Amino acid sequence: MKTDTIAAIATAMTNAGIGIVRISGDEAVPIADRIFQGKGTKKLAECETHTIHYGHIHDGEEVVDEVMVLLMRGPRSYTREDTIEIDCHGGIYVTKRILETVIKYGARPAEPGEFTKRAFLNGRIDLSQAESVIDLIHAKNDFALKNSIKQLSGSVSGKVKGLRGEVLHEIAFIESALDDPEHISLDGYPQKLSVIVDKIIKEIEKLLASSDNGRILKEGISTVIVGKPNAGKSSLLNTLVGEERAIVTDIAGTTRDVLEEQINLDGIILNVTDTAGIRETDDVVEKIGVDKAKKYLKDADLIVYVVDSSTKLDENDYEIMKLLEGRQSVILRNKSDLETVTTEEEIRDAVGENCDNCRILSVSAREQIGMEEFSRTIREMFFSGDITVNDEVYITNIRHKTALQEALSGLHLVEQSIADQMPEDFYSIDLMHVYEELGSIVGEAVGDDLVNEIFSKFCMGK
Amino acid sequence: MNRNLLEETYDVVVVGAGHAGCEAALACARLGLETIIFTVSVDSIALMPCNPNIGGSSKGHLVREIDALGGQMGINIDKTFIQSKMLNKSKGPAVHSLRAQADKADYSMEMRRTLQETDHLTIRQAEVSEIVTSWDEGQDDAEGESFPHITGVRTSSGALYHCKAVILCTGTYLNARCLTGEMITPTGPNGLMAATHLTDSLKKHGVEMYRFKTGTPARVDKNSLDFSKMEEQKGDERIVPFSFTTNPEDVQIDQVSCWLTYTNEKTHEIIRGNLDRSPIYAGIIEGTGPRYCPSIEDKVVKFADKDRHQIFIEPEGIHTNEMYVGGMSSSLPEDVQHEMYRTLPGLENVKIVRNAYAIEYDCINPNQLYATLEFKKIKGLFSGGQFNGSSGYEEAACQGLVAGINASMQILGREPLVLDRSEAYIGVLIDDLVTKENREPYRMMTSRAEYRLLLRQDNADLRLSKKGYEIGLISKERYDWVCKKEELIKQEIERVAKVHIGANKEVQALLQSFGSISLNTGVTLTELIRRPELDYEKLEPIDKNRPELPCDVREQVNINIKYDGYISRQIKQVESFKRLEKKKIPEGFNYDEVPSLRLEARQKLKIYNPTSIGQASRISGVSPADISVLLVYMEAQH
Repeated sequence: MKTDTIAAIATAMTNAGIGIVRISGDEAVPIADRIFQGKGTKKLAECETHTIHYGHIHDGEEVVDEVMVLLMRGPRSYTREDTIEIDCHGGIYVTKRILETVIKYGARPAEPGEFTKRAFLNGRIDLSQAESVIDLIHAKNDFALKNSIKQLSGSVSGKVKGLRGEVLHEIAFIESALDDPEHISLDGYPQKLSVIVDKIIKEIEKLLASSDNGRILKEGISTVIVGKPNAGKSSLLNTLVGEERAIVTDIAGTTRDVLEEQINLDGIILNVTDTAGIRETDDVVEKIGVDKAKKYLKDADLIVYVVDSSTKLDENDYEIMKLLEGRQSVILRNKSDLETVTTEEEIRDAVGENCDNCRILSVSAREQIGMEEFSRTIREMFFSGDITVNDEVYITNIRHKTALQEALSGLHLVEQSIADQMPEDFYSIDLMHVYEELGSIVGEAVGDDLVNEIFSKFCMGK
Repeated sequence: MNRNLLEETYDVVVVGAGHAGCEAALACARLGLETIIFTVSVDSIALMPCNPNIGGSSKGHLVREIDALGGQMGINIDKTFIQSKMLNKSKGPAVHSLRAQADKADYSMEMRRTLQETDHLTIRQAEVSEIVTSWDEGQDDAEGESFPHITGVRTSSGALYHCKAVILCTGTYLNARCLTGEMITPTGPNGLMAATHLTDSLKKHGVEMYRFKTGTPARVDKNSLDFSKMEEQKGDERIVPFSFTTNPEDVQIDQVSCWLTYTNEKTHEIIRGNLDRSPIYAGIIEGTGPRYCPSIEDKVVKFADKDRHQIFIEPEGIHTNEMYVGGMSSSLPEDVQHEMYRTLPGLENVKIVRNAYAIEYDCINPNQLYATLEFKKIKGLFSGGQFNGSSGYEEAACQGLVAGINASMQILGREPLVLDRSEAYIGVLIDDLVTKENREPYRMMTSRAEYRLLLRQDNADLRLSKKGYEIGLISKERYDWVCKKEELIKQEIERVAKVHIGANKEVQALLQSFGSISLNTGVTLTELIRRPELDYEKLEPIDKNRPELPCDVREQVNINIKYDGYISRQIKQVESFKRLEKKKIPEGFNYDEVPSLRLEARQKLKIYNPTSIGQASRISGVSPADISVLLVYMEAQH
């Protein structure tokens, strides 16, 4: 039985020291040969089974990583198919990058539990293994499900659902005309569809483009630190990172650029952006930083607002408080080691309606006082679901990205069919494929959607 | 005192002589089984109580498939149609669909004649009121639950008919009631007697019943219509027959016309003003109606933005003055009907012959059936047609045929016939019925067939005749021709791929005449056929060594070359579909023993009792993860 070739990351998605990408299927070895450059000149296809090879993974000109490759030919492998394992240096980014390369050169992302499924289908798993494997598959799926639900908040999934709805509407229109040609006409429809398909293609391309943006390839809670100049934002960042990254001086406006750091706070990853203090400024260099800060603030999942408790609240603070409206935020009364000028009550009064049940903590970034409570607060917010992961993160999911690409190529086929003046019923075949692919992103199967849409939107029948 | 009740013995009892019952009975009798078919009225055999057509979008496919398996519907309509049209001709070959207007009386009479002339077949007028079962040799499933098996039926007169299998095709007759406004009568279609006892007998056997509803428009007097105010709808110039056995020359008849008119604001006003008198809107009707066949009240309410709806006036036959008002089924009271029909152009002085009405009836939840159409929990009991929750003559006929075949196969101890979704529309229809939640009368639609590019009406014989032959309903002669045809198609496709066309004057001139771009270099004939503006037939003049081939072979060659890209994509999809379809779940599989199956999935799987992993994966509430768990567990059981 001929099967397609699947690939997945076999290690946990952490910044561990090693990452393994596994490929299984008839094309596993040829795909590896397309991207792997070993020390010798020999292709993997010419090598003995169960051998290890040192070399580099290439994506075209670009060297992705230095790796060890394990070659195992079927049936002497877990899945009983030809299998390649690529051991790389680990880290979420590199491992994902290798998987993406493997997929680009011909593999398909594996479904959860698919390696095990193949092992079973090919008669690899015996009785004693079966039960534990069942549990394993289930655990994996639960995890994947939770993850994808977590990732599915907000505007991007809304966008995919919207596009999916549009596609369904067009299919339903075509289908109702096919089912009831005497009541519903398709005259002039291809031109109309062409415009719609073009629009959807552009939207999907936009989504895909966002996934190529390196910034969002980092998984984590997108966090922005704000506060008026010299409130102690950079000190806080340094304390969290544990090394001196931002330039810390006593002069207001020292941080000229936006600094980004990935911080592991007791297992929760924060992608922290330290901004230049928000205030009206004429300084050109600093102005860019301030504009950027406002922009980052808009996209953030979590805002950490640093108040200098040793000075009075001023115009800058009031400006910032306005930005907190409707956002998840933590307010830090920094410089608790100095004399208190601004109290918690004053802040609470000033923030007012902009931040219901806002969390105000007293810390000293410089003396590292109150940091444990800060970390506990963030954890609570995360586990209670108050903070969710950045919407954009989900496109980093390779399966989603592949689904978008599949949807895109389906739409191009529709365009081609329209250009070739194919009959309308051919459009809906590819549109259905697009609909299914988009559905796999938002976790919705096709079911009876189409029939329901036809009946609810178009008047049919005798 | 002892009454001497009648007692007889047959192999198969068919209950109901509508479109499902006729196919079921014919299949059984033709396979040599002693068969008796019951009807509440022998004058209503193969009655068409609703629209006067056979076929239509996707339904035409079903008729072709019935024919390819050895059923009767295609032959019967070819003998009795009065107009014929190939729908969707401007679209792709997959959605071309044949539809014929029938002479209803002729259709019914012709089917009755066929039944009468078939050996081993007895027609009997009586109401079957009970199914009779025995537990003696009942089968046990994995949970130790035992099932009864059919031993016969009893009629309302008390007569007992012993048999090995029963096929229920009761259509809309079970506990039927017809509604026209406030007037409610406890009858089946056309005022025929309803069957009032069988439901109770089925419920006693644990069968879950649904109540569905459907409707039909008024029939009006042709002589009261002004056709000059309507648009004439003629049949096709060249008529294509339904049956692969009908000689196309035999069906080139003089056709009658249909007529098109429209509703208008006045019509809609009358309807809106009387909604409170509609049994549906007044809440009198309990049954669930079909969304694809809405009453005119429904159309006006749900599509309020449409200022008019198309209405087709169709003849019901040559020898009757009745015309069918297609698009205006209704359950509004008689006086409202009278008023509303008269608002249509051409119907200003219309005289109604029969009122429009809605009909409610009992049917089953078809999830209780295997794909063989046998009840999972009553061995030897099969069913087909509207009784199974479908709607339409063609949907009924194909189920009747499959139920008839499988009842026969069981008695003869042979393999059952189960068509899958990649083999036939019939397969899609039955899989949908037995696997999915179905809460309204089910109609076939091309959009339900995910592999429709392969399931064309033009290749139904190639897809199914071999199966029909193996079953014993298709003759050796017909089977041989299908094999020959297959070979001819294959050879011609191969030949065409090797025909090299040079860029000479004759070629360029031909291309130009069809608005096709001229050639720079030589190409194969295959490449030219794929151009949208060209096809196999058009290129004949430059294909010098083309062999003489029958026109259905040429058609297949053209379609297969022209749409090759799409077709091979679909074949690929079918391959992955088949992989899971082939993984059979053993009978009596105990889902309770499978660890880590989610509760919802476990419950659904127990209810549906799917026969393959593929079928299991289509049950709503069963996730891909559950399927993986099942696969692994099943392997462990080996």
